[in-house]
Amino acid sequence: MSEYLPIVVLLILSAFVAGAAIALGHLFGPHHPTERKSLPYESGMTPFGPGARRMPVRFYLIAVLFILFDIETVFFLPWAVVFRKLGLFGLIEMLIFVMVLVVGFLYAWEKGALEWE
Amino acid sequence: MIMDWALLTEWTIKSLVLIFGLIGGFAYLTLFERKVLARFQVRIGPNRAGPHGILQPIADAIKLIFKEELIPAKADKIIFIVAPIITVIPALIILAVVPFGPDIRLFGRTITLYISDLNVAVLYIMSVTSISVYGIVLAGWSSNNKYATLGGIRSTAQMISYELALGLGFVGPILLSGSLSLVGIVDAQKNVWFFLYQPVGAFIFWVANLAEVNRAPFDMPEAEQELTAGYHTEYSGMKFALFFMAEYIKMIAVSAIAVTLFFGGYRGPLVDQFPVLGPLYFLIKVVAFLYLMVWVRATLPRIRYDRLMAFGWKLLFPISLGNVLLTAVGIGLVGITGNNLWLWFIPVSTILFFLLVSHFAQGAVAGGNK
Repeated sequence: MSEYLPIVVLLILSAFVAGAAIALGHLFGPHHPTERKSLPYESGMTPFGPGARRMPVRFYLIAVLFILFDIETVFFLPWAVVFRKLGLFGLIEMLIFVMVLVVGFLYAWEKGALEWE
Repeated sequence: MIMDWALLTEWTIKSLVLIFGLIGGFAYLTLFERKVLARFQVRIGPNRAGPHGILQPIADAIKLIFKEELIPAKADKIIFIVAPIITVIPALIILAVVPFGPDIRLFGRTITLYISDLNVAVLYIMSVTSISVYGIVLAGWSSNNKYATLGGIRSTAQMISYELALGLGFVGPILLSGSLSLVGIVDAQKNVWFFLYQPVGAFIFWVANLAEVNRAPFDMPEAEQELTAGYHTEYSGMKFALFFMAEYIKMIAVSAIAVTLFFGGYRGPLVDQFPVLGPLYFLIKVVAFLYLMVWVRATLPRIRYDRLMAFGWKLLFPISLGNVLLTAVGIGLVGITGNNLWLWFIPVSTILFFLLVSHFAQGAVAGGNK
């Protein structure tokens, strides 16, 4: 685990730098909030309704598909490292795995999950 | 214990050099971009602050520090302040696993020019880049602004969609080198840069990178005409500067990663004799890629959102999947025949596959027009 310690040092230092940047702006910037200034910015129009609204369901679909295929991508990584040792067996095994996923991908495509209308 | 302190000092110094190097690089990248863009548009660009405008980034920084920072009345204050920090930290720590040069000897110690050589460096990069998505979606959501929320959600959907092609782009170099460590991947490119074996992989990796860092032509989250400024509409002063910084540092980071994976990292002529040349070659290659990014921004118009998603899912993803499988087949052929010439099967077959798929998928990507 010792190779992760330098990254912890880097993480702490970069958090410090980011915090310092926020603190600098807070220290030196003027603070004169008014009611008008604190309204949401909508290019000069008076804003109406809540800021966070319901989202189109498309975004959720994309998120679900992403989880599915991202796990596949992560599964590729260890396979790629030992591929030379696995040889032909590894290749055929992976082809079967990809085949299953491609069928799922084509199904999602055919069902219109990838359309944006 | 003395050894521990020496190590800790070394880590601290290297981390500080990396952080301030990146911040300095960010400051001058903004100037570089404005200058180069100006040249593309037959303008001069910033030239007032200092000779040739070289003090412009400092003037910008000072101005941003003294700006008033607004927090919208209905915003979620804590998340609103934390979001830029969450965005900028991953950008600063991505490059911890990238080797900037060969080992050098300094003050009787061997200094490695990377922060840490993780054996799962590629996985580290993938996970750290994913974290910055949280910063963006939280910034959009906590602002309580319609444009910001939409920009944040759009940005998230775009980034996770292109992450698939990006992740598969990593697999080619891993297959060729048999290592997840970037140091190992660079060492494996001693003779041939992986770009020659992986032309399609490198291309897809680069396009997905552009989308991942929200650069033109994929700068949908910041589409000014429709969303004013996307997820950072409500941000001002230093909080805005942090988002800006994260974006530009990520540009540097993805260029450095692309150089490491496909273009031999710090490798170049005479590097083994003169290790000092390593960082220099690395810098030259990274600047070349940054120039390419600005060039793309100056040339291509922003693409429509539905086409952007269709391009990522229907074109890039299948091509990168095929690229990985054909690479595996090529390496398998080398293993069976014992002849290294079979490696050239990879570029030939992947380019043919790329042309085939892009020919047939053209209609699918442009299908938004009815």
